[in-house]
Amino acid sequence: MSKKTNILILCGTFILGCMLSIQSHAAEYTASQKDKKFNPEKLKIKVGDAVNFVNDDNTAHNVYSESATNHFELGMYRKGQARKVVFDKPGTVEVECLIHPGMKMTVEVSK
Amino acid sequence: MIKRTNVKLMVLSIGLIISFLSHAEDGAYVIEAGHPSLKELLLPATPPSPTDNPWTQAKADLGKQLFFDPRMSGTGQVTCASCHFPERGWEDGLTTAVRFGGKVMQLASPTMINIGYNTIYMWDGRMPSLEKQAFVGQGIKADISAGMEELGVKEGRHIERIKMVKGYQTGFAKAFPQEPAETQISRETIAKAIAAFERTIISNNSPFDAWVKGDKNAMTAQQVNGLKVFVGKGNCVACHSGPNFTDNGFHNLGLKSFAAADHHKGRMTQKPTHPSTDGAFKTPTLRDIALRAPFFHDGSAKTLLEVVEHYDRGGDVKTNISPMMQGGLGLSKDEKLSLVAFMEALTSPVKPFVYPVLPQ
Repeated sequence: MSKKTNILILCGTFILGCMLSIQSHAAEYTASQKDKKFNPEKLKIKVGDAVNFVNDDNTAHNVYSESATNHFELGMYRKGQARKVVFDKPGTVEVECLIHPGMKMTVEVSK
Repeated sequence: MIKRTNVKLMVLSIGLIISFLSHAEDGAYVIEAGHPSLKELLLPATPPSPTDNPWTQAKADLGKQLFFDPRMSGTGQVTCASCHFPERGWEDGLTTAVRFGGKVMQLASPTMINIGYNTIYMWDGRMPSLEKQAFVGQGIKADISAGMEELGVKEGRHIERIKMVKGYQTGFAKAFPQEPAETQISRETIAKAIAAFERTIISNNSPFDAWVKGDKNAMTAQQVNGLKVFVGKGNCVACHSGPNFTDNGFHNLGLKSFAAADHHKGRMTQKPTHPSTDGAFKTPTLRDIALRAPFFHDGSAKTLLEVVEHYDRGGDVKTNISPMMQGGLGLSKDEKLSLVAFMEALTSPVKPFVYPVLPQ
């Protein structure tokens, strides 16, 4: 194998190793919806971490955020269902429920 | 032979087991007159007031006059009470509201009953407070002055009329003694007074309330059965929750009017980038609901039984419908009638309303 090929293989392996390393360090958190509240109401996570929004309530919710760094709407779902969001940019994310305006939480995403 | 100590232990254990089984688990209600699990369904005696508008009797008295005073409107003929009649459950008894001049609106007049306990206002939730609603409601384009801008009536003319009335000068001085004279009568103080009055429109001593407090005879067996359906099979409590029987949330119930191309978009008027909110409207209180026919934001149900039938079949227009409506309820005829009976038990005793004497 030529020197150039060896270098390419080494670089590729290094990049793959970095990606696997990041993925293996990404954490997953749970935010429960119960009694028309989020629990917890404040979460501190890192870029790449995921939050699993679990509906533990007797009514449907529709979790969303219009924050610049993480903009999403999970759609309406009922008790026993969960939907996940990966937060891939740093910043403060205000999360609410489209159905119940009083339901709010903040996710602080750091690098 | 069983020892006396063992017998005592057995009796104690059985007692504890019975106590455990009768206690509410995981937030569930125990349907028993006076049970502690139901106490959270009792309203506080008075609704909260914001820190920048603490409640006083003087403000409420003034607000009551303003609420019923036609001098507040562009034409001088319309009042807040033109759509919110005390004797019509603080609504107007119409399918949908009709403005001065005859324009038929898309939405029914919502009730003022227990409005002070709500946390967001109007069918689409566009108002965050009673003060804001009463402030915006004085605008030349708002409901009680509709059509006046086209006739050249200026914004704020009602304030000039109110300022000229000696009785109001005294009333505002009494209600807002800290306010400088030049701003004592303003759009803002008018809004605060009206909001203070609206916080006095309360229904919290119905047969249901008496039953929750322990009077076993306050509700009939049918009404108690209706409560069981309400919190159980019907799951009405999912949205009609808490002591004011509303979650202050927004839901699409699948009403037939949603199928119209020009249907009112409800909450989507405030959340335009979220089509999932199209046709979702605020859950109204069920307190005094029996006094407030017709029902739903479009007035399409004439009786409470029609309301129950709507939910039982899972709504009519399925597009964008709330997941809570899906599949229907499978209620028996008895269960439906019991639900209606329970809702009737949420009516507080009706007293004749005393209209204010307007100042001159």
